[in-house]
Amino acid sequence: MLSIKNLNVKLEDEDKQILKGVDLEVEAGKVHAIMGPNGSGKSTLSYVLSGKGGYEVTEGTAELEGVDLLDMEPEDRAAAGLFLAFQYPVEIPGVGNMTFLRTAVNAQRKARGEEEMSAAEFLKVVRAKAKELKIDADMLKRPVNMGFSGGEKKRNEILQMAMLEPKMCILDETDSGLDVDAMKLVAEGVNALRSEGRGFLVITHYQRLLDHIKPDVVHIMANGRIIKTGGPELALEVENNGYADILAEVA
Amino acid sequence: MAEAALKTDPVAAILEGREVLATGWSAAARSDALARLQASGLPERRDEYWKFTRPDTLTQAQAPQAAVMADDEAPLFDEMDRLQIVFVDGVFDAEASDDLALEGISIERLATANSDLHWARDVYGVLEKRGQDPVSRPLAALNTATATDGILIHVTGKPSKPVNLIYNHKSDSSDATLHHCIKLDAGAELTVLENGPAAARLNKVMEVEIADGASFNHIRAQGRNHERRAATHLFARLGTESEFKSFTLTMNGVLTRNEAVIELTGDDAKAHIAGACVGDGDFHHDDTVFITHDAVNCESRQVFKKVLRNGAIGVFQGKILVKAGAQKTDGYQISQSLLLDGDSQFLAKPELEIYADDVACSHGSTSGAIDEDALFYLRSRGVPHADATDMLTLSFLAEAVEEIEANDLREEILDRLTGWLGRRRG
Repeated sequence: MLSIKNLNVKLEDEDKQILKGVDLEVEAGKVHAIMGPNGSGKSTLSYVLSGKGGYEVTEGTAELEGVDLLDMEPEDRAAAGLFLAFQYPVEIPGVGNMTFLRTAVNAQRKARGEEEMSAAEFLKVVRAKAKELKIDADMLKRPVNMGFSGGEKKRNEILQMAMLEPKMCILDETDSGLDVDAMKLVAEGVNALRSEGRGFLVITHYQRLLDHIKPDVVHIMANGRIIKTGGPELALEVENNGYADILAEVA
Repeated sequence: MAEAALKTDPVAAILEGREVLATGWSAAARSDALARLQASGLPERRDEYWKFTRPDTLTQAQAPQAAVMADDEAPLFDEMDRLQIVFVDGVFDAEASDDLALEGISIERLATANSDLHWARDVYGVLEKRGQDPVSRPLAALNTATATDGILIHVTGKPSKPVNLIYNHKSDSSDATLHHCIKLDAGAELTVLENGPAAARLNKVMEVEIADGASFNHIRAQGRNHERRAATHLFARLGTESEFKSFTLTMNGVLTRNEAVIELTGDDAKAHIAGACVGDGDFHHDDTVFITHDAVNCESRQVFKKVLRNGAIGVFQGKILVKAGAQKTDGYQISQSLLLDGDSQFLAKPELEIYADDVACSHGSTSGAIDEDALFYLRSRGVPHADATDMLTLSFLAEAVEEIEANDLREEILDRLTGWLGRRRG
């Protein structure tokens, strides 16, 4: 599904190397988790994959189902099936959440040469999915993320993911700022989307999210590289001993 | 010698060919206004109040030419039930207008109004004169002295539909001077819609007297002509528990100066004024607002948003004056510009002058580019770059457009803005 080879990335305006040769394969139907200390390059990886400006790829490749992602505009990557759930979803005053969702869904459909969703059909689908995520009618009407609590913003990200039905989902610290109940709700939303044809990359600091979204593979990232890969037990090891042991072991 | 001096006097030059009516009910107001104009002279570049906007093309004797623009859009408010009053290059067009009869209001044409129109005498030039202090507004005095047409509306009740003043521009060299007076009796209500570019050069004054408990709602769109020029003044005086709401849409126009002078003279009155403007290239738009709080517990709100590209220039001069004794004043003012490139400019001068101690006044002014984080967020969801930019531009304008309370009118204005942006896609 997602294939990253020797990815090297620096900041565009600064001589600062952030990713130093990342190799990663996420298969369809699998959930991979990336854990790592602050500043290890986890969020940068998610931004570079989704096409945010300000970064320069100096070496390596990233492909989605064999298609080179790095040369595409962010909107084309989205239409190709990539989705990033933001760590800090952006507030957009003056654009209704529902309008935004419908515009996004139909823009992707149009880009793929599919028929656009009618207003009535869209409304039906979005209401059903919003209900599962306990997103009320008011949240759908309000401007995008405006006045949403931390938990509401994250649920809104998952709603977008559910509506857009991407092939490859990247969740960037989706657990940050969530209490236990909100985290459960978000995790349920994510789990509902798990399917054979869909890959997940879950970026997180803490193991607790992985109690709810059970990963198949866990990677530890440090200093711009993936330094260790294992099963779910690796997350527990981090939880119990911190990163220090693993970092020492690799060094 | 005296003759040579006369020729270079700009006031004399612009008065040439204009008539200051010496008879009729407005004669006294007109000669009074002429004296004001002669005392103040016409605005000049060095005047502090015209620091950001060059007045020369508005004050020169001849109106600069302005090509008539073929407009393929349906006129605004077309689908609404309204009473239409049409002016062509500043002249009332009886044939194109509806019958000027409507329950709850009486409407007269300024050019033919008869001498026993007592109420108009108390409005015509009266609010304009009050608005000359502390800053002189010579173009408004010129207008009162020499206006050739306009409409006088006396509102005694609650008419069933809005009055729509429609301005058509058909001549490249038209120079229109329109003066409207509106008086709302206690408890009366009126919505006035205005649309169209009016003339190659327009000097327009609207005076609105709002009695206790009355409510005035105003939505204006200034047409899409690129080359037209306009200097407009909106004077309003508000009585106790009365309401004034005004929204202006400006798309295109080489020069626009919209002045609003609003006096809150009765307790618990409310004045909201807003504007959305979009300019591309040779475009200079100036909103100059002066709101005076002279009563207790009044609310005023100014919301102005400008989208500028390709060297377009936006100006905002907004003042809130809170007089001694105007306690519990709630004043709010925001002026913002979205600069779509590095060539455009926004010049703002927000002012507060407060002589009461129990007031809440706030003001803010910003100018910025499209928010890159928001743009990326939209694009990451699949919205193409150009659509995302338009969405964010509309979202920027939304706070001003949302000042329009009526859903249908608000949607119509948004549609026009969407259309304007759509025509500028690469």
